[in-house]
Amino acid sequence: MNSMHLSAQLFNFVTIAYFGAMVVFFIYLASRSKTVALIATVLVYLGFIAHTAAIGLRWYASYQLPGTVGHAPLSNLYESVVFFSWTIPLIYILMDFKYRQRAVGAFVIPFAFLGMTWAQLKLDKNIEPLVPALQSNWLTYHVVTCFLGYAAFAVACGVSIMYLIKVGKEEQNSGNSPAGGIVGLFPAAKVLDDINYKAIMVGFPLLSLGIITGAAWANYAWGTYWSWDPKETWSLIVWFIYAAFLHARFTRGWVGKKAAWLSIIGFAATIFCYLGVNLVLSGLHSYGG
Amino acid sequence: MSAKKRSPLTAVWDFFCSLKLTIVTLILLASTSVIGTVIQQNLSPREYLRVYSETTFRILSDLDFFDMYHSWWFLSLLALFAANLIACSIKRFPRVWKTVKNPVLAPEDTLYRTFSNFEELLVKDSADEARQKLEGFLARSFAAPVVTEKDGKIHLFAQKGAYARFSVYITHLSILIIFAGAILGSLWGFKGYVNIPEGQQVSQVWPRNGNTPIDLGFAVRCDSFAVSFYPGTARPKEFKSVLTILRNGKPVPGLDHHSIIVNKPLTYKGITFYQSGYGPSGSPTLGLQVKVRASGATREVSIEKGEQVPLSGGAQLRLVDFTSSFQNYGPAAKLEVLPPSGQPRSFVILKNFPDFDAQRGGDYIIRLTDFQQHYFTGLQVAKDPGVWVVWLGCLFLVLGSISAFYLSHRRIWVTIQPVGKKTGIKLGGSAHRNQPSFALFFDEFKKNLKSEMTS
Repeated sequence: MNSMHLSAQLFNFVTIAYFGAMVVFFIYLASRSKTVALIATVLVYLGFIAHTAAIGLRWYASYQLPGTVGHAPLSNLYESVVFFSWTIPLIYILMDFKYRQRAVGAFVIPFAFLGMTWAQLKLDKNIEPLVPALQSNWLTYHVVTCFLGYAAFAVACGVSIMYLIKVGKEEQNSGNSPAGGIVGLFPAAKVLDDINYKAIMVGFPLLSLGIITGAAWANYAWGTYWSWDPKETWSLIVWFIYAAFLHARFTRGWVGKKAAWLSIIGFAATIFCYLGVNLVLSGLHSYGG
Repeated sequence: MSAKKRSPLTAVWDFFCSLKLTIVTLILLASTSVIGTVIQQNLSPREYLRVYSETTFRILSDLDFFDMYHSWWFLSLLALFAANLIACSIKRFPRVWKTVKNPVLAPEDTLYRTFSNFEELLVKDSADEARQKLEGFLARSFAAPVVTEKDGKIHLFAQKGAYARFSVYITHLSILIIFAGAILGSLWGFKGYVNIPEGQQVSQVWPRNGNTPIDLGFAVRCDSFAVSFYPGTARPKEFKSVLTILRNGKPVPGLDHHSIIVNKPLTYKGITFYQSGYGPSGSPTLGLQVKVRASGATREVSIEKGEQVPLSGGAQLRLVDFTSSFQNYGPAAKLEVLPPSGQPRSFVILKNFPDFDAQRGGDYIIRLTDFQQHYFTGLQVAKDPGVWVVWLGCLFLVLGSISAFYLSHRRIWVTIQPVGKKTGIKLGGSAHRNQPSFALFFDEFKKNLKSEMTS
């Protein structure tokens, strides 16, 4: 079995592992069993390890193509979606080390599962040699920083949704005993708010770096670091939204629910910047990522 | 100045200093920026009229939506953003500077009451002994303290990471630096474009928005252009131009026959040339092999489009047209044979099917053996003296925001005062950021301090 084939098989396994983890996380929300949460987390770890190996194998396979020099697997839509889906469990695992709030998994891992499913079912999986515009080391720096930032925003978005559900429930049965059911398992609103902020604290400098490396590359390849291309503009829109979020933290009347909404809108803009721009709008950045 | 006159000014100042303005400006910038991604920017009126009705076109045009990122209202929004940033910094910076430069060395009890990290204990040591122990302990486990004696009390103050308080201002400054770089570039830089046919040279380029050519002060010659493909595919592998920079007609050393490819430009005197396009230039030269059917004599002919070449027997051969790919058949030429008398005959020959013409049954059997296409190379030409200022701003932005998020200014105060025969120790601490982790540190710190003082 060649490396390309093995990598494709592993990606299928990864998709199944994330699906399993997602389902088990949902069961955890219903059953509240710590063991179930552990199983879900183990599935995430297994999926993540296989995912890492599969990306590595695909990278290796690109060197086996005749007449090419090989390249990091970040050059088309399939590869970028697969990489994005890899960064989400990565950030989740790092958060898990720090916070041990496993209910968060139920709201974060679905993003990774959806990404992998879409990539595996709908996108062109062929390894193509790099077109001249992409033959640059900036490609790796730019894509890696952007996607790590996106993943942090995905976590922030998942946590913000939990925050809004939690606060909504608490307002409904105000005065009564703490909310029961699924919401009872959620971390305290204060903790969710804190994770949201921390995730954006990770994502914002990464997004800034992603925009800057993109600008540096554009300047190196085309002679303009900024040309108000739709992709560039949308990345700036995302940056503005999270900058507003960060300042909202210090402003009376903007904390809590409004900040959570800003975080969700920010992630929606991120997804549009990532996919919408390529699928809906036209511009220079037509490589799929 | 009376209070009445001052209050509108104060109101304006407070408006520019407010964080709410920051949030509103950021949201406005984000939402208006969407317009320019939905409406294609900087097309010609004719192209817009193909999409929009006359009325819509006029409205959108009056709103500057066709070049919105350079419109007065978008630039004003950016200016408001910058003014807000400057005002906020001016308002807050002096206080922060004072906190760092002149820290409270002898805190009152009221200050201790504001700390969420606070502890009080009584020890048997004398005030001086306690002071010695505490000085050493602070230096070892946190930072060397400043000691102040006042009103019979001994105060110790130690701090770490005071500079972290400035990181917000560095982040804000970075945005202003980026703006400055962009303004510099738009005032003294240019972006242009030039097409150079192989073998020719230019000393002027055309600016992207303007009609007057820009003199380079030197000449650029395109020695050759080539495009290569990945084997067996139509996927381009490399676009390469070989350029020579000429000054006073002589090649500049080191820039004689210099290759540039996409992602590897050439810079000379602050002007950079980027490989960005190519196209066919002039008509290609075709190599033909002409065989006289009757005698079998063959001869090589080289011909250009429109050219007429005499053949043996008095006939003339003319190249009517050529294409490098004719449907799926590859390179094809349309030829015309004009016999000395009678009607001209035109026909098509294909490079990939050399025996095709023999089946035509003409007096001459012609094969297309070779063709050479000349190209022009398309270069982006840019000069931007502000770009390094922009990169400096970017560096500040990243370093500033990371340190603003992750570094915190931590301070610990200790006050020692005799209480009867014993000595009372008060200690409090604060961090300007990431309080939970400081709280953990402080708990550990006071535990160790207690065991140190009671041992």
